[in-house]
Amino acid sequence: MSTASVSLPNWITYGLIPVLNLIVAFLISGVVVWLIGESPLGALSLLIEGALGSGEGIGFTLYYATSFIFTGLSVAVAIHAGLFNIGSEGQAYLGGLGCALVALALDRFVPWYVTMPVAVVGAGLFGAAWASIPAFLQAKRGSHIVITTIMFNYIGAALMVYLLVHVLIVPGKMAPETRTFLEGGQLPKLGWVMNLFGAKLGAAPFNVSFMIALVAAYFVWLLIWRTKLGFEMRTLGVSPTAASYAGIPYARTVMIAMLLSGALAGMMALNPVMGSSARLQVEFVGGAGFVGIAVSLMGRNHPVGIIFSAILFGILYQGGDWISFEMPNITREMILVIQGLVILFAGALEYMFRPALVRVYQQFKTT
Amino acid sequence: MDYYDILINVLSSTIRLSIPLIFTALAGLFSERAGVFDIGLEGKMLGAAFAAACVAYITDSAWLGLVAGILCSVALSLVHGFASITNRGNQIISGVAINFFIAGITIVLGQAWFGQGGRTPQLSPASRFSPITLPGADVMREVPVIGPLYSNVISGNNILTYLAFLAVPLSWWILYRTRFGLRLRAVGENPGAVDTAGISVSWLRYRAVMCAGILCGFSGTYLAIAQSAAFIKDMSAGKGYIALAALVFAKWKPVPVMFACLLFGFLDALANFMQGKQVPLIGAVPVQIFQALPYILTCILLAGFIGVATPPKAGGVPYTKER
Repeated sequence: MSTASVSLPNWITYGLIPVLNLIVAFLISGVVVWLIGESPLGALSLLIEGALGSGEGIGFTLYYATSFIFTGLSVAVAIHAGLFNIGSEGQAYLGGLGCALVALALDRFVPWYVTMPVAVVGAGLFGAAWASIPAFLQAKRGSHIVITTIMFNYIGAALMVYLLVHVLIVPGKMAPETRTFLEGGQLPKLGWVMNLFGAKLGAAPFNVSFMIALVAAYFVWLLIWRTKLGFEMRTLGVSPTAASYAGIPYARTVMIAMLLSGALAGMMALNPVMGSSARLQVEFVGGAGFVGIAVSLMGRNHPVGIIFSAILFGILYQGGDWISFEMPNITREMILVIQGLVILFAGALEYMFRPALVRVYQQFKTT
Repeated sequence: MDYYDILINVLSSTIRLSIPLIFTALAGLFSERAGVFDIGLEGKMLGAAFAAACVAYITDSAWLGLVAGILCSVALSLVHGFASITNRGNQIISGVAINFFIAGITIVLGQAWFGQGGRTPQLSPASRFSPITLPGADVMREVPVIGPLYSNVISGNNILTYLAFLAVPLSWWILYRTRFGLRLRAVGENPGAVDTAGISVSWLRYRAVMCAGILCGFSGTYLAIAQSAAFIKDMSAGKGYIALAALVFAKWKPVPVMFACLLFGFLDALANFMQGKQVPLIGAVPVQIFQALPYILTCILLAGFIGVATPPKAGGVPYTKER
């Protein structure tokens, strides 16, 4: 009997399996740390201390998590429609352009709370626009979305470097970046939230876009599980043939799913561009688009799961910085190792543990 | 410099820049023709480069470096195979995972072992593949027109370069003229039929991904110990994806793969050459245009505006025996 068709209770699918994936990923990373000649437990305690040991650490953790919630949601929305969007990185990059143009145009005239909604729209539109071409090629011309979104990451990077070096650069400056936004183009930090818990935010750039991320997560949940469109997307994701028999238009659904995915990726730019550095810089996305893949897989493509796994990856990023500071032998790139392992076990090897779990579960149920 | 010298110059760097693409795209060809998508080409190439540089440095032997590069890359192929063939996982996710893992582990281990910020120590000439001067190259140099072409473009490359151009007809022969190749292509189009004929789909696909591993081993080794003299962090720099683009561009056929790679290599060489130079009538062309061109061309091709690129039918779909 095939074990793939046996349904397991939710707490196993959404709780136990991701935790098992994570534990295996951590164990292997521990072996790597041990091979380098450092103590795995020491590294783990440094990780937790760096990410959660101080108000500033928590602030950085949540700052990273904010970006990952957006990109995780972006990947998840596409996956629900059966599309694997590897282009969140490029879409977020272009989103930064939209967001920066709004901030550059408005920061002189209006306060941040007027700029912010316009910037959300700007970032979302640019992100969606960048996703629209691969989406169109998939929907109408039958080209593979994975390949085209990868290509568009590179095209986007080249375009943005060109714009920053030749067009948006401040005349007379060497660094390829826009001018610094005035106060009207900066998102306020959430120091007061930290104060509620008696912690100091310090220099951490934890800002209002975290709230926007939570709102976005709620809307994604609403869309996917509570609307007709979401149902159509999920049907398409499970079986394109069934969807077409049910009269769900393929091209339209693919376009909408990808536009939403691109918009969510684009909105990620608010966090680093308006929330942290207050200017548009080269490579500000810093791989967050790719982290979104791991975050979404780990969170089982559910907004609640995504928020948790985004925070987890926030801990890894901030804690990883701390480890590399305290143990110079272990570089920041250790995060990439863990990320790769999480993607491997949570995504590609998801069926490895399942048969065993199904057997244990069935035995448990019959006795 | 007169125009002919410029041409020779650009052509010789075209060859240099195309070699890793040719090996990697051929690797993708074997894997994808057998129905296993391989986004992990980039990672395998980078992993092989690191292994080759480490072993070449320790043993002072370029050939042992090559062996290490191949072993590392094949090991990664087996992981990909285990996830996507045995466990029927998502092939694309598995490839992405390998890319991340390698991008991280090479730097982490490199820093821990050599302490040079993730790069390996500079290699001595003995532990690298050095240029080979073909017979008569020095005599020919003075001959007008053909002389520079022979002695600067055709001669003076390292052994891996010649192997790359040898690998193209060899791959064609394996895929189109051997029983293994016929079955390999069949398993990418219709695995059910191959299974019905009593041939193991899994074993065939495993062999295909191992072929891919071997070829990626060559390309990574080329990067680290033939083109450069050390492993540098992230030295594959998206070449794995360009190779994938070349594969699509060549419509999954061996000889066109070579030409597509040469074209993309040429664009790269041209971009390097054009940096800071003026084009008559147009002015300075931004380097970024050349950089983005292979990707743009691939998208246009994929959209069916210049011919149709039909991927192998069973690509990306794990095979499940009828129950």
